[in-house]
Amino acid sequence: MSNGLIGVAVIDILLFLFLVLTAIAITRLRNLFAVVMLAGVFSLLSAALFVTLDAMDVAFTEAAVGAGISTVLLLGTLALTVRDEKPVTHSAFLPLLICTIAGATLIYGTLDMPPFGAADNPVQTHVAPDYLERTPVEIGIPNTVAAVLASYRGFDTLGEVVVVFTAAIAVLLLLGGGGRSRRHDDVSDERKKD
Amino acid sequence: MEEIVFDFGFVLTHYNYWMFVVLMMTGLYITVSRGNLVKKVVGLNIFQTAVFLLYVSMGKIVGGTAPILTGEPGTVYSNPLPHVLILTAIVVGIATTALALALVVRIRETYDTIEEDEIIALELAMDTTAKASAAGSER
Repeated sequence: MSNGLIGVAVIDILLFLFLVLTAIAITRLRNLFAVVMLAGVFSLLSAALFVTLDAMDVAFTEAAVGAGISTVLLLGTLALTVRDEKPVTHSAFLPLLICTIAGATLIYGTLDMPPFGAADNPVQTHVAPDYLERTPVEIGIPNTVAAVLASYRGFDTLGEVVVVFTAAIAVLLLLGGGGRSRRHDDVSDERKKD
Repeated sequence: MEEIVFDFGFVLTHYNYWMFVVLMMTGLYITVSRGNLVKKVVGLNIFQTAVFLLYVSMGKIVGGTAPILTGEPGTVYSNPLPHVLILTAIVVGIATTALALALVVRIRETYDTIEEDEIIALELAMDTTAKASAAGSER
């Protein structure tokens, strides 16, 4: 048990160090193209961390959506806006203070958490064994995650589809409206008058 | 002073949660301290990924395997339920990211900048001009 835990810990901490380095580089870089590329790297590294945590389905969704679609969307935004961030003018003291206090509070909160990886944690003892036992009988597929997603909690997935649909409509209304270019001209005309 | 000893076992079973708190706070720092709107969105994505990692790590069983049934008796599987929740959260996350980026594009079209400070300055200037013209028309 302990040896297995240390084995997991070594890979975990290595991947985590890479993640933190990427996040710090994102904080410091001012070239937004580099920031977007590093955000893709961040997603890919977190997908690797998901694999070590036994979440295969989450890992390949994160790799496809986080490192793929999200990077494409960010690059599209850069093409329509600017490529460089302006230098930060105000001091970083207050944000740093807020993050330190919030982080310390959260770490204090985790002290009561059940030990990582133990089989008798509360989260493992209620519905999870039930799903694992009943999936082959009731649904008949080996992948429990897919069975829960599409069958047992199908309404959750329906809600998710509604959210994605709403977001798609909102994006289309914001960007694809026929009046968009005209309104833009109005604004620049006003500016010229000023 | 003997009670305060370095409990290696406790650290080994809780370091996971602390890692994600550090990542989450890095994301929060980027979101709060940087004025560039695209960078704020990237910071939010980092924050979000840290929450996902926290959830998935709670379902992990050491020595277990992914919850894909092999049919062999005695296999230990990790908890599939957090994985399902996070799958949904990732897809909802990309939808909100897309919406945020669309708003950034529109803000750039209207204000010609995506820096928070400049947008606030422009809005203040607009307010003063509007008030001045209103006062002028009253006279």
